[in-house]
Amino acid sequence: MRVLIRGAGVAGLTLAHELQAKSVDVEIAETAARAGGRASWFAGGMLAPWCERESAPDTVLALGCTAADWWDAALPGHVIRKGTLVVAPPRDTVELTRFAARTCGCDWLDAGDITALEPDLAGRFRKALFFREEAHLDPRRAITALHDKLRAIGVRFHFEAAPDYSDEGFDRVVDCTGANAIGQAADLRGVRGEMLMLETSDVSLSRPVRLLHPRIPLYIVPRGDRRFMVGATMIETDDPGPISARSLMELLNAAYALHPAFCEARVIETGTGVRPAYTDNLPRFEIDGRTIRVNGFYRHGFLLAPSIAGDVAAHVTSDLRGDIGQMFVGVEAKLRSPERAHVIPLQTGANR
Amino acid sequence: MLELYGISVASRLLLGTARYPSPAILSEAVRASRTDIVTVSLRRETAGSRTGSVFFELIRTLGVKVLPNTAGCHTVSEAVLTAKMARDVFATDWIKLEVIGNHDTLQPDVFALVEAARILNGEGFKVFPYTTDDLVVAERLMEAGCQVLMPWCAPIGSAMGPINLPALRSMRAHFPDVPLIVDAGIGRPSHAAIVMELGFDAVLLNTAVAGAADPAAMAAAFTGAIEAGRVAFQAGLLEPRDMAVPSTPVIGKAVFS
Repeated sequence: MRVLIRGAGVAGLTLAHELQAKSVDVEIAETAARAGGRASWFAGGMLAPWCERESAPDTVLALGCTAADWWDAALPGHVIRKGTLVVAPPRDTVELTRFAARTCGCDWLDAGDITALEPDLAGRFRKALFFREEAHLDPRRAITALHDKLRAIGVRFHFEAAPDYSDEGFDRVVDCTGANAIGQAADLRGVRGEMLMLETSDVSLSRPVRLLHPRIPLYIVPRGDRRFMVGATMIETDDPGPISARSLMELLNAAYALHPAFCEARVIETGTGVRPAYTDNLPRFEIDGRTIRVNGFYRHGFLLAPSIAGDVAAHVTSDLRGDIGQMFVGVEAKLRSPERAHVIPLQTGANR
Repeated sequence: MLELYGISVASRLLLGTARYPSPAILSEAVRASRTDIVTVSLRRETAGSRTGSVFFELIRTLGVKVLPNTAGCHTVSEAVLTAKMARDVFATDWIKLEVIGNHDTLQPDVFALVEAARILNGEGFKVFPYTTDDLVVAERLMEAGCQVLMPWCAPIGSAMGPINLPALRSMRAHFPDVPLIVDAGIGRPSHAAIVMELGFDAVLLNTAVAGAADPAAMAAAFTGAIEAGRVAFQAGLLEPRDMAVPSTPVIGKAVFS
């Protein structure tokens, strides 16, 4: 069986990995010159389903809690399992209580515990939440390594491919083009996220830190080599243009609130990614003839792509065993499968 | 029925649309609240993009009247510009006017607010000004052409509920015929009931619903509280007394003390 995947972001690459493991012949067409997609390249890389559960439905926790294991198995050495620290300025500590009440999997820390975990934050916060089971990775390194691995095991990449790269001769085509499908896929919208990269020797962190604020929650993820990613805004637009002055100011303000030494850090990069999202902010795949569309990862690409990739790969290979004659039509006729809310099979059409 | 700039509305809850976990949950909350009016913030970068239109399309499909707001504006010119963009995007002359004086507390800059209200009313907008409970500012807003006033009852997002009841009472007394909508500071349904019992005409809130664990259920809870407060106000509330008053006559009963 031959499968063409359009898009070499985290959705396309994880799917290629799962299909390759099932001995499917995979090729990837990517319009850019490198792997990494758009939103994936600017991702935080936090594998933090318990933190995300604060504002996301149970599905995100259920599908995301195995993500760290998947990445660890696929790319040994990339996953850093040091948990997530959640802090709030003294006047906003009520936000910590609210955050803790909306999710699970965390412990309350006092000032001493915080110092033990992150010595550079000593004396800055009296209370914190610690999500012990969470992990993180460097998205760009992970994407690059996954690309290299896939290449080595026989996946063929076509970079700088035309958007309508020919799918002749393929049994299945999987569209993993993310935000590119906005305007074509019904209900798909963009949620703009801006980030920046700071470089400083004056602060050292060993795990992602989330700073709660009633209006401007933010995270800082240490990338090693004195670098810190600060993110990310959430704006209801698919405008991919450069970071706005307001967003830059808010992100820098928050970094300063976490530690004043960030004032002397160098801003070495700013970036904007557009997260593709459906109205429920959950990913889904849609089957339409031999085409499968995988999209809507919102801000959970690295967290949820492995799980969805497993489902799509299972679907593709189960078809190989006998369902080939079945035709799925009608994107609008969505039926929710009760046990897996994110999967929307489109099987109301006539069988061939 | 409550009448706002000539439009009759059945629901006395105006619901904000920001910061819900997802647009789908926002839709559920709006339905559960049975509100007639939602407020939508128009950030400048949102206008004109494809997604802005997806999100705004979702708001339009809710089937309720849209009250665009100028949240995040700090100057008169910014607020006026945003109001004009909102008029184009949502095809309405209604505008919830916010001019923020302090980035941190989001307290309104009442001087700029009056000025912006004067300009916008002059250009045919129907202005809903987000203001403090200051009576003189309220009078200036009326002079500037506003026919609705929206005082806070506590700082935005504070969830403190009415922190200055005498000020709210005196506002109601000074403007008996002006629609007064409490905007900002409501944290719980009981807060909303309190201001409705004072005779306020409606309540506008966002975070208290959007930030709840179950926004749709909380929206329904607010609707119930607001209706209860309104009916109680109309039914005539007892004034508190300093001592007990028996509810059954005591004359003719044996007295043992």
